[in-house]
Amino acid sequence: MSGIEIRNLWKEYGDQIVLENISLTIAPRAFVALVGPSGCGKTTFLRMILGQESATRGEILLDGKPLPKEPGPDRGVVYQRYSVFPHMTVLGNVMAGPEMRTARILGRRFGAARRAIADEARAMLAEVGLAGSEDKYPAQLSGGMQQRLALAQALMMKPRVLLLDEPFGALDPGIRADIHALMRRLWNEIEMTVIMVTHDLREAFTLSTRIIAFERRRDRPEEQARYGATIAQDILIWPPRVAGRRTMYEIDLHSLRDDPTTMGQFAGTTRPTGDGHAQTYSALG
Amino acid sequence: MRLVNVRPDRTVRLMLGLLPFVLLVMAYVIGSAARLAENPNDKLLPALSTLAQTINTLAFVPDARTGNYILWTDTLASLTRLAWGLGISTASALVIGLVTGILPVARAALAPVVTFVSMVPPLALLPILFIVLGLGEVSKIALIVIGVTPIMARDLALAAAALPREQIVKAETLSASSWLIACRVVLPQILPRLIDSLRLQLGPAFLFLIAAEAISADAGLGYRIFLVRRYLAMDVIFPYVAWITLLSVLIDIGLSTLRRRLFPWSEMAR
Repeated sequence: MSGIEIRNLWKEYGDQIVLENISLTIAPRAFVALVGPSGCGKTTFLRMILGQESATRGEILLDGKPLPKEPGPDRGVVYQRYSVFPHMTVLGNVMAGPEMRTARILGRRFGAARRAIADEARAMLAEVGLAGSEDKYPAQLSGGMQQRLALAQALMMKPRVLLLDEPFGALDPGIRADIHALMRRLWNEIEMTVIMVTHDLREAFTLSTRIIAFERRRDRPEEQARYGATIAQDILIWPPRVAGRRTMYEIDLHSLRDDPTTMGQFAGTTRPTGDGHAQTYSALG
Repeated sequence: MRLVNVRPDRTVRLMLGLLPFVLLVMAYVIGSAARLAENPNDKLLPALSTLAQTINTLAFVPDARTGNYILWTDTLASLTRLAWGLGISTASALVIGLVTGILPVARAALAPVVTFVSMVPPLALLPILFIVLGLGEVSKIALIVIGVTPIMARDLALAAAALPREQIVKAETLSASSWLIACRVVLPQILPRLIDSLRLQLGPAFLFLIAAEAISADAGLGYRIFLVRRYLAMDVIFPYVAWITLLSVLIDIGLSTLRRRLFPWSEMAR
């Protein structure tokens, strides 16, 4: 199971120490939120797990084995931007992973093999609420739809660890709530560990099982270069969320709300439309 | 209403666009008429009727000596050289640009030499090319290739390097090898830039072509212009210049259309 162990991890850029002696064990199927002020190294930390950056000292173990030095299909990623390929259609984006994994020369499959991958990709797109958009290009999708696409694309590889770098930070609140519900469902259904960098504490508490806050303990100007960030808080959400099990959180139960097709007139708008929303508005007014 | 807010509609835009051309032609006609009134044998600004007659002779009457239609023979000769030159340039620029754009090792090895070569004034190399490669077609094509390739290669390397790092990492998490990153992620995304780059290099390519033809050729658009220069044959030079310009414009429009057709996503992403 995809447990991650981080031992005495340091990251330095020249003289600048960014992360200082981080040790951490992440349980399989956890949903970890990394929070902290800007520039505290949480994205750097995520990139080291991804393999995009290397540690200066210390090691990261995935299932007891040291991580490969470069990104690979065992770790999926969704960034805030640039996560999908603008020159491929929605379907092409989702098919890209399986196609490149199996066709090492051309990067494309043909005939029956292609149809099989396409069927799988369509099922995945339906799963994230993008059915019907297969032939569009990413530029024709809204921001929320693009992030759904990025999730679908990453999940096609069945990664053991899914890394999210402020994936929903640029989305409108309404859209964000929908995609949170989707994210929660995917985490419940798919066997993977999720690590998410976020600025939004509310998002962290809504989704995760554990919140880790990075902070620089010493932050006076003359100390900044020589002291990096460490883990300032390590909060286990209580009562615990467990992947694949019911919880007592009201918010976790609306499993259908992330699918725009079931939302009727609510899709794409936050305006009051007659029932619950209207009441909230009148109560506020 | 402020002038900055005045937006011409389609018809007005078209008329405004045509206006400078009309003025240009009118200026020519008036100037030509004035000079011819003074001296009927004036050769500098031939009358439109003379131009029309010359075009007719060049394009539709076989040459008495060779039996060729001069305009078409020249056009064919020049466009063949241009196509070879630009074809070789485009292919090599694509390979160099792609490799230097995505592989740090190749960038370390190739970027300095490409930058250096792109600074060599190509026309200064023309004598060397004539001496080494002879006066035939090869030296003319080589001049275009040398003049155009380094700049296109640098442009494509920049385009490839400008792709967000996130996309490359994403491709790695989708199990792509360096080869697959090159051919499925980077190459398709710099192809639109390749076409744009080619459009921009069309002008320089024609410059090198005409320069090479002016010195040594037996057919070609540049050759003809410099040949008839001795006789002050403005009635040939003007139509040839206009024809070269028209060819460039048509190629440019063609490439632009091709880009939109082949890469519809490249318009949306802007």
